[in-house]
Amino acid sequence: MQPDWPAEVHQEIAAAGVRVVGYVPDAGHKRLIELCQADKKMRAVPLTTEEEGIGLACGAWLGGERSVLLMQSSGVGNLINVLGMVSVCRFPLVMVITMRGEQGEFNPWQVPMGEASARVLETMGVAVRQAGEPQAIAAHVKLALTRAFEAQGAEAVLIAQKVIGIKSFQEQRSQ
Amino acid sequence: MTLRRRDVVKKLLDKRGGLLVVAGLGSTAWDITAAGDHDLSFPLWGAMGQAAMLGLGLALAQPKRRVLVITGDGEMLMGIGSLATIGVQQPKNLTVAVIDNERYGETGMQATHTADGVDLAAVAKACGFKNSKLVTKSVDLRSMVHETAGPNFLQIKVAAEKLPLVLPPHDGVHLKERFRKALSDVLAKKP
Repeated sequence: MQPDWPAEVHQEIAAAGVRVVGYVPDAGHKRLIELCQADKKMRAVPLTTEEEGIGLACGAWLGGERSVLLMQSSGVGNLINVLGMVSVCRFPLVMVITMRGEQGEFNPWQVPMGEASARVLETMGVAVRQAGEPQAIAAHVKLALTRAFEAQGAEAVLIAQKVIGIKSFQEQRSQ
Repeated sequence: MTLRRRDVVKKLLDKRGGLLVVAGLGSTAWDITAAGDHDLSFPLWGAMGQAAMLGLGLALAQPKRRVLVITGDGEMLMGIGSLATIGVQQPKNLTVAVIDNERYGETGMQATHTADGVDLAAVAKACGFKNSKLVTKSVDLRSMVHETAGPNFLQIKVAAEKLPLVLPPHDGVHLKERFRKALSDVLAKKP
């Protein structure tokens, strides 16, 4: 049986005391976003661009709250400059990022940023954890939460595109 | 008479009490420091465009405390989408004050979009800010900052002037830790 990774990740972030969840939607995050929206102890905050999620996370931490940012890999490029603030201030940061531009990607324009995402994050001082299998995701997130909030780390868990399922034009048309 | 930025910011921060303050990169970070450095101030030395979002994060984390973002027109324009994000969240305790000199003050005083009439107060209003005001003369803004249910937005037109730099501490870890410590001290006193 496939593990229910969105429910597992939601459980981990709830257990870590996360109260603010910033997100830029991705199809792969649909269920996790819904779980956070339905959780009365969490404030789900839709963003117009991923970099707003960094300001939100840093502001929440200044105010004593823990947060998580949900986004897709295409948004990683939008974060580069503001990750400098995370690094220089050692703000804790947890990002759960669904991958685009990997195997089976139907849109070639998603490929360059997808291929560069891990390197871009690492270059800006973010620890990258690659979750290639659904059963590995929650454990990676748990470790990222601990490292971030106990050791003031910047952490990204990248969820492989093969875990989420591949979008296709046919599928999109039929929806 | 044209308003001057240091006077405006000093007045906004007068008898600030437990007010939580974020200042945007550049002149507004120097302005709040000229008014008196404070442990409950977080002056940004980078992350241009994120001042209002830091304010939102703080406001959501501390719904019982008032939060004031003081930033410049150029910084606000770079993060203009955050006005929409704040409009959706409707934090009652947040005020964003833009000190608008219509210039990029740190890079050679080039004109920003507000010099050509881009109306930030109207943008904030359209994004759902409860109160949004264009301020061109000396008025009392204390109740807006400390009492009025927000989100509130102030676009305060000021003279374009180059002033002596008054620099806050620049160690980011120090700025973060002193803010969190001061906030927890305030919370310990007033549960």
